[in-house]
Amino acid sequence: MKKKTAKVFKTRQFITNSLSHISLSILGFIWILPIFFVLLTSFREEGGTYKSYIFPKGYTLNNYKELFSQTGSLIFTKWFQNTLAVAICTCLLSAFFVLCVAYVMSRLRFKMRKKLLNIAMILGMFPGFMAMIAVYYILKGFGLLEVGTLKLVALVMVYSAGSALLFYIAKGFFDTIPKSVDEAAYIDGATKWDVFTKISIPLSKPIIVLTLLTSFMGPWVDYIFAKVILGQDRAYYTVAIGLWSMLEPEFIEYHYTQFYAGCVIISIPIAIVFLFTQRYYVEGVSGAVKG
Amino acid sequence: MAGKKRKVTKSSVSIKDGFGTAFRLGNTTTKLSGIIFGLGNLVHKQMVVGLIFLSVEIAYIYYMITFGIQSIIDFTTLGTRVQEEVFNEAKQIYEYIPGDNSMLCLLYGVITLFITFGFILFLVTSVKSAYNTQRRKELGKPILKFIDYLRSLKHDNLHKSLLFLPIMGVLCFTVIPLVFMILIAFTSFDKDHQPPGNLFEWVGVDNFVNMFSRGSALANTFWPILRWTLLWAVVATITCYILGMLLAILINRKGTRFKGFWRFLFVLSIAMPQFVSLLTMRAIFNTNGPVNALLRTIGLIGITESIPFLTDATFAKITIIFINLWIGVPFTMLTTTGILQNIPKELYEAAKVDGANAFVTFFKITLPYMLFVTTPTLITTFVGNINNFNVIFLLTAGGPEAIDYYYAGKTDLLVTWLYKLTITNKDYNSGAVIGIIVFIILATLSLLTYRHTGSYKDEEALQ
Repeated sequence: MKKKTAKVFKTRQFITNSLSHISLSILGFIWILPIFFVLLTSFREEGGTYKSYIFPKGYTLNNYKELFSQTGSLIFTKWFQNTLAVAICTCLLSAFFVLCVAYVMSRLRFKMRKKLLNIAMILGMFPGFMAMIAVYYILKGFGLLEVGTLKLVALVMVYSAGSALLFYIAKGFFDTIPKSVDEAAYIDGATKWDVFTKISIPLSKPIIVLTLLTSFMGPWVDYIFAKVILGQDRAYYTVAIGLWSMLEPEFIEYHYTQFYAGCVIISIPIAIVFLFTQRYYVEGVSGAVKG
Repeated sequence: MAGKKRKVTKSSVSIKDGFGTAFRLGNTTTKLSGIIFGLGNLVHKQMVVGLIFLSVEIAYIYYMITFGIQSIIDFTTLGTRVQEEVFNEAKQIYEYIPGDNSMLCLLYGVITLFITFGFILFLVTSVKSAYNTQRRKELGKPILKFIDYLRSLKHDNLHKSLLFLPIMGVLCFTVIPLVFMILIAFTSFDKDHQPPGNLFEWVGVDNFVNMFSRGSALANTFWPILRWTLLWAVVATITCYILGMLLAILINRKGTRFKGFWRFLFVLSIAMPQFVSLLTMRAIFNTNGPVNALLRTIGLIGITESIPFLTDATFAKITIIFINLWIGVPFTMLTTTGILQNIPKELYEAAKVDGANAFVTFFKITLPYMLFVTTPTLITTFVGNINNFNVIFLLTAGGPEAIDYYYAGKTDLLVTWLYKLTITNKDYNSGAVIGIIVFIILATLSLLTYRHTGSYKDEEALQ
């Protein structure tokens, strides 16, 4: 009798296990399908847009080659260089800003602290691009929208200035470093600046890396600000607007497959970075960066 | 005692007394420092500090005389001279006599106001600094040299030196533009009043009245869009939340093998840049895209037919929610996994003893527990969805177009409509009104939640 129940229990467990594996496989298939579609289309030999079949008739690497051959309106290498330059400058500046603000808000106590924290929170609640048109005119007033290269500088300024408000994750990290470390240093005659540069920064390598990486990624995937600031001059596009423009009606017939090749090329590094940083990302989102 | 005294001298670079005390207790020189900046410092031979204060004041006065006062006047009127077109007999062409540019009047006015605000801060600092020096003299302490001020920037005033650049950046690229846009909500800056050709003016709350009054084109668009925005945010948040959690449970249950593999499979889809996945989705669900092609091949629909996944209003809304599931579910899965593992096992064992099935366990134990822990995250997601520009803009761009709407499509959210109104149609005033409304919605929601989260109440809890 006992043996029989055990057997029934085992069969039931087997069935539920198989069922859950089957449903996971189906779901996984659905989730992976669009990624396959991107890969397949990027290797597709036939040009043009939509086909009446799913699997390409022939495979080729030409889409990738054309992407880097700089013909006509398709200047992917130039876009890539633009974005890389903007991304490097942005990530250095942003990381500096974020670290400064996060450290001050977490470790130093001064009169305006609580007020500044509240202001930062309130500013975050306005739709980001509501102010975009005013930003555009301010940049124009500074004379930053005259020459293409200056437009990229303007883009760096806008991105890094905006990042100063994204200090919460880093602040959470600084909050976890015990205060006793600082106090010990003060007793030894260190100034707060010494503590910041010689103790806090070396201790916060993970958060620096995270800030650098996330702000490095920003320019690759943002196109709203970039589109408004960079305007019509294709030579100064970033990758995101460049790719977006390849799907516009006048280009889609010619550049459809190259678009997917471009997507694959920029997705790979971003995906790798994301997979490495997802732990921090999750902790930041669920607000639980604990030491 | 000696040590304490030394500390006092060192740290009182910044005096703790406020402006009121300083002005009340200060002597004539200190009081005059509010009119002639740096006077208190100059009298006591603090040349560098005094000269810095003085030069700031001179610079401000120079700015106001040459530019500032006029810009404040223009700010109140928003310009009076309209651009004129005059026929030049000699050259036989029309020439434009430039008029006032209302937009620049408003912008320069805002900037002048901010500069004036900064000037007042300097005034306060000047008086405080003079009072500080006066007190030191009275107490017989050495008067601070410029180098002492510089040193204090590394210790007592470190927050000032570290925050200076970030605050300037935020001021230039966030605060001033926001103030500018908020002010625009009270003007007639729409596509019929475009500078430099035309002037616009202050109109008070007319734009808000327009937006809410029954029967106006704006109101006819606003209410349906608000309804869809809220519906979208609620449905998108709840479906992603529940299904993401179920997926996490499915992956983490005891019998499931290759847990890491499954997790990786789903995470891959969020590792892809969002605009890539969204543009891909748009192509996949296109009228001639692979989904329709597949349906034709297997004969579910005729060879020339297609399902209007993103071009029919109702279909588009459903498709968007499903595509959002594809993006959002792995994300919830990722964030909830850790929390799910923290649910006390005894609860489940007790439920099992009582004969509860999986369904009951989920709704009576898992869901209440998760809701308790993740409510703040849930509200953040909800706020994010109200502002979810990317999904709508990249998938349908708000389409299909609606004839009875004012420059909006059937799937537009408030934020995408805001984008269309400002960037495409140049109706800046209506756009600004919507921005303010979105802000009010978000602020109310956030106030309700942030006030209740532990991290807001007790920042030092981790120490």
